[in-house]
Amino acid sequence: MIEIDNLHKHYPAPAAKGKNIEVLKGISLTVPSASITAVVGPSGAGKSTLAKCISLLEKPTSGSIRVNGKDLSRLSGEALRRERRAIGTVFQSSALLQRKTAWDNIALPLEWLGVVPRDIKKHVGQLLESVGLEDKAHHFPSQLSGGQRQRVGIARALALKPSVLLADEATSGLDPESTASILSLLKQLRDQFGLAIVLITHEMDVVRSAADAVAEIRDGRLLQQGSLQHLLAQPESRLGQQLFPLRPTEADGELVLQLSYGDRPLATDWISQLSQQYPLQVDVLAAHVEKVGERLAGRMQVAVRFTQRPLDTQTLIQQLYRLGINSEIIQTRAALQEAV
Amino acid sequence: MKPVDVLSQDTPWSQIHTLMVPAYLQTWLMVGIVMLFVVTLGGLLGVVLFNTSKRGLFPHASLNHALSWLVNMGRSLPFLVLMAAIIPFTFWLTGTTIGTPAAVIPMIVAGTPFFARLVENALRELPADVTAVGLVSGGSTWQIITRAQISEALPAIVAGIVLNLISMIEYSAIAGTIGAGGIGYLAVVYGYQRFDNHIMIATIIVLIVTIQLIQFIGDRLVASLQHAKGTHSS
Repeated sequence: MIEIDNLHKHYPAPAAKGKNIEVLKGISLTVPSASITAVVGPSGAGKSTLAKCISLLEKPTSGSIRVNGKDLSRLSGEALRRERRAIGTVFQSSALLQRKTAWDNIALPLEWLGVVPRDIKKHVGQLLESVGLEDKAHHFPSQLSGGQRQRVGIARALALKPSVLLADEATSGLDPESTASILSLLKQLRDQFGLAIVLITHEMDVVRSAADAVAEIRDGRLLQQGSLQHLLAQPESRLGQQLFPLRPTEADGELVLQLSYGDRPLATDWISQLSQQYPLQVDVLAAHVEKVGERLAGRMQVAVRFTQRPLDTQTLIQQLYRLGINSEIIQTRAALQEAV
Repeated sequence: MKPVDVLSQDTPWSQIHTLMVPAYLQTWLMVGIVMLFVVTLGGLLGVVLFNTSKRGLFPHASLNHALSWLVNMGRSLPFLVLMAAIIPFTFWLTGTTIGTPAAVIPMIVAGTPFFARLVENALRELPADVTAVGLVSGGSTWQIITRAQISEALPAIVAGIVLNLISMIEYSAIAGTIGAGGIGYLAVVYGYQRFDNHIMIATIIVLIVTIQLIQFIGDRLVASLQHAKGTHSS
């Protein structure tokens, strides 16, 4: 696991005098073993600086980065070289050495470490197998597709058996099919090697299909973080809205509700259950439902129309909660009437 | 009408080779020695220039500026001027101011900064990720420079060596004026000062063929090093 604690990074301002530029303002983030945490945020939020700190290419100004309890952020020189193998890094567009074959690219960290050739041969063979490229071992990067190059990049990052894998915009620039295959590879490696994977990305699709947890950073600060199911299940969560964006049609009911679920077991037939139990009809205005992890997660806006006497709103919300749904009132009848 | 017929002493075509072959070998010896130093010293300087820059392995702004300034200074003088300007230095090193040893020194002094810039540019053209990949793969400074940086930039560096070699052959001809042996000396002393048109023509042909050949072989070599890059990119 990797624990990032109160990470700050300042850069000296371009002008000689004046304050330093604060890029990271106290980021704390823990990624347990065998899980994938996505770090999202707009460009300029500090994502790439965070990535550089995690891959130990930049020293944080203060704070610590502990891998399996050991603080690596303060190391330098020989000690840094020795310990940095705990963290594997996959770059965007799989920066490979163009004049080396896939095999040689993957073998490079092992050769540099001084591993004996026999072991290198065995280990590289295994790595190529785990990323599904046994038949491309002697191809040069330019003879491989974007997705295949990224697989080689992942295999190289895993060569020194790290416990943490940092994927810095690893799927940017890949076509949707390659992106999906890289993400399923990452999930497979997470389970196979118990990797703590930090996935730095700006693509919400990537988060939805691969992440176990999400952290949003903006302006150098952590805005919110939590498991994907938990964030999706909160009606007011901004990340939830970004992950499952809704564009509702015009409301035409007595009550408009924002519903979300995913953190608790759900009664999937909740609409029929409700309308059988109470004199009401539910109109779905917008919905986004998807399987996240093992559960169905969803966000939707519904309009509720009462066929007889209106039901007390609190009772309805409690009923929904019992069925596994969190709700938030967007419009009530009174408000609708006022509008008219 | 030939106005200077009296002075003209054209070497008979059949005799040209007796002068040309030793001079040609002399040129290659001189250029060979120079290139040995230029590639070693210039290569080292180029690597240090790149790695002391912001994108390098050991950024060091003031050292980078000092080296850059030194390299620019070496490159700002025309070769003939440089050769004359460093005569005391040449004399101090070789004990003479004429002949091949005296020509080799200014050629090294002129060639080294030129090659340093070529190497620095070759390294700068590499994607920034090359050094980062070296670092996250746990390479030592030496491993990253040799196995990632230079290895990836090799086609460009070889192209630089070819470019530099051609410049040095050109410089060796200029050095002929201070009595350095070789084909340049032949052209100056026989062709220019003795109006030996045959020697002049032969020298020109030999030089053109030599340069064409070097460029041709060089291009093939670079292409074969780049072969690894394959045909399609993206």
